[in-house]
Amino acid sequence: MSDVRSEAEYVEAELIENPGDSAESRDDGASVDTASLDTQAIDVVEIVESDPDSRVLEEHVAEQEWTREFVIDDEESDRVDEQETAQADLQASAEVGEAAAEAEHDGPAVTDSQPTVDAAPEPRIQSLPMVKALNAGLRRALADDPRVILMGEDIGPLGGVFRVTEGLQKEFGPQRVMDTPLAEAGIIGTAIGLAMRGYRPVVEIQFNGFVFPGFDQITTQLAKLTNRHSGAVTMPVVIRIPHGGHIGAVEHHQEAPEAYFAHTAGLRIVAPSTPNDAYWMIQEAIASDDPVIFFEPMSRYWPKGDVDTEENPVPLHASRVVRTGTDATIVAWAGMVPVALRAAEVAAEEGRSLEVIDLRSLAPIDYAPLLQSVQKTGRLIVAQEAPGTVSVASEVAAVVAEKAFYSLESPVLRVAGFDTPFPPAKLEGVYLPDADRILEAVDRALAY
Amino acid sequence: MVATNEIPRPANTVQLLTAEGRFQPSETSAEYLPYLERLDENDYRRFYRDMVRVRALDHEAANLQRQGQLGLWVPSEGQEGAQVGSAHAAKPQDHLFPSYREHAVGMVRGIDPIGIIGLLRGTTHGGWDPTDPAVGNFHLYTLVIGSQTLHATGYAMGMKLDGKVGTGDPSKDEASIVYFGDGATSQGDVNEAYVFAASYQTPQVFFLQNNHWAISVPVSTQSRTPLYLRSSGFGIPGVQIDGNDVLAAYAVTAKHLDDARNGEGPSMIEALTYRMGAHTSSDDPSKYRTDEELASWAERDPIRRFRVFLEEQGVGQGFFDSADEEAADLAADIRRRTLELAPPPVASMFQHVYSEPHPVTDEQRRWLEEYEASFGGDA
Repeated sequence: MSDVRSEAEYVEAELIENPGDSAESRDDGASVDTASLDTQAIDVVEIVESDPDSRVLEEHVAEQEWTREFVIDDEESDRVDEQETAQADLQASAEVGEAAAEAEHDGPAVTDSQPTVDAAPEPRIQSLPMVKALNAGLRRALADDPRVILMGEDIGPLGGVFRVTEGLQKEFGPQRVMDTPLAEAGIIGTAIGLAMRGYRPVVEIQFNGFVFPGFDQITTQLAKLTNRHSGAVTMPVVIRIPHGGHIGAVEHHQEAPEAYFAHTAGLRIVAPSTPNDAYWMIQEAIASDDPVIFFEPMSRYWPKGDVDTEENPVPLHASRVVRTGTDATIVAWAGMVPVALRAAEVAAEEGRSLEVIDLRSLAPIDYAPLLQSVQKTGRLIVAQEAPGTVSVASEVAAVVAEKAFYSLESPVLRVAGFDTPFPPAKLEGVYLPDADRILEAVDRALAY
Repeated sequence: MVATNEIPRPANTVQLLTAEGRFQPSETSAEYLPYLERLDENDYRRFYRDMVRVRALDHEAANLQRQGQLGLWVPSEGQEGAQVGSAHAAKPQDHLFPSYREHAVGMVRGIDPIGIIGLLRGTTHGGWDPTDPAVGNFHLYTLVIGSQTLHATGYAMGMKLDGKVGTGDPSKDEASIVYFGDGATSQGDVNEAYVFAASYQTPQVFFLQNNHWAISVPVSTQSRTPLYLRSSGFGIPGVQIDGNDVLAAYAVTAKHLDDARNGEGPSMIEALTYRMGAHTSSDDPSKYRTDEELASWAERDPIRRFRVFLEEQGVGQGFFDSADEEAADLAADIRRRTLELAPPPVASMFQHVYSEPHPVTDEQRRWLEEYEASFGGDA
């Protein structure tokens, strides 16, 4: 299959479920009412195979594109207007911030913060790519709390290698948006000291494979310091890490290292898959008094989605059903969520109804929606980019097997990256689970 | 390959007391002498008492370890001069970040040494609360070598962000001082701390106690360059002092902390000293170092030297006797309270893992409670 997959091309499509339903709100991590689902538009950027064996056929791609056009006809004109307004606002606030930043930035950050100046009210719903949603969430956190500071490599004038922090240094000044020396242990270790001082540092790690020079500070210090202090000192540090593959990058740039952190007590780990989740979850992570590892799926950085800037739909550590179904449940997170949704689309054409759950929080895991779903479907497939051995998928499989044994009609199956180093980019389409591999697992589960 | 432990010794080491204990400042000490004027006879006596107290703690704790009451002991004997002098140089608003051998620094700042005992008896990972005003901003011990240097640097970055540096008001300006050893200087964290401290010009003193041995490995394996010169490559000026000279440790640290508070950026002090005992109660120094080396450092013992100095100042035997008595009382008190130190409650294992409720620890705590209850009785 690998040969034909080298001819892969990227297409963009949007899968919309039940447009018109409002996003539900949940006040805790308890079970979700699957009848009233979150209806947020989910963009899909996915390699489409011309493999004759692929069940993701060209006609399906064509249909997705039609669907997208349909959506655009319905909503896109309004959305484009909103988007232009939003971008104009972003530009305006950046310019205002720049002027303010130039006016005065010698004093201490706490007394010198530059809150966002609202030139014009922003629309409640904005269509933003995740990078802009994160940018807006960080801006809001910086404006709301003078103790919030950003630290990382190239996050100042450049705005980060992915531009997530674009314009923030101009707006809030170099004392609150700090370009640091190129040293991950140094960044995290000094962030710990700043947290001891009462700051709330938000650290950017440039790429997933570059977090490991800081791994010691994260696991032996950051994760344990609240416990070592018997709670007298807390560690409100957020570590943002670009996550996962699908972007054709070089070694160390496409990994999914969540299991290393999920094994460490004291850390909270989350991974949004949509711009709206990214917008809210980054603010919730910053508000947490515990250290949070915040994985940002790079393959989701640029597809746009609606961001509701007024209402936060779901708490930080809640998983969420993003598509209802009855035959089997697919659990995914970060860049695998759109892949799982696509598998569900194909399965639907084949007469199979798959439920898809976006895990969102990897530590702790909100199992209630998973267990409720498995009670209904009897089958669970966990899809992740990381290697399967000793992984988050392993943990989900073990816990669901323990807690829903009598509901299961088949073993819990994992669809994961292989236990190899992440391969050269030309092979990533083989390494990373795609919709076909999820569907193959569905076949196996349903064969029991 | 075997490295020798002989490093070229520069002639400019700052020293105020000779090895015998006579007040005879080295030429390099001129700029530090004014800081001695801050001290009066009561301070001198306090320095002596502090050194004697921590040595008594050391001996008692070593005995407790040998008697099975402590899992481990980390002796500080020989390093009292560097620790007591530098600790007294810090102002109340300064923050001190220890490694794990800074018993005297902690006691000077006000911690109850039973906290150290608890750490090594296995009843706590902390032992004191650095936010408690009674402990003088003495932060927790850090066992991973060198990690705390970055915490101290980040903390000092925060002091600067808070505008607590170079205000011109000595009662408001703050600085941090971090303690580490010769082995730690090889760690990446220490070198990154130098980088960050230099880049952000933190109000900070790096206080290196070069006790010449990282467990069994001589300092010459860590560095072929005198360690006080290392930091200058990062843009941080360094000075080497006789670390067994409590007055030199005080005066030099006082100046560098003052400079840091005044906004002159970070600096580094290498205190030459010697760990008279083992690295911890778990090793045998006779396997890796010579009796001759030990004896040469015994001749420069910081307590004996300072006693000679005090005697020359006219301090009488009565004071020394009362200091010994006070130290013996401390040791007896520590022994009594060590034996009373009970294991922490089981539930405490699950507390403060997170600062907010967490379903995994909550569920495991509940399970353990039910499991233990299933045995019945008083357990």
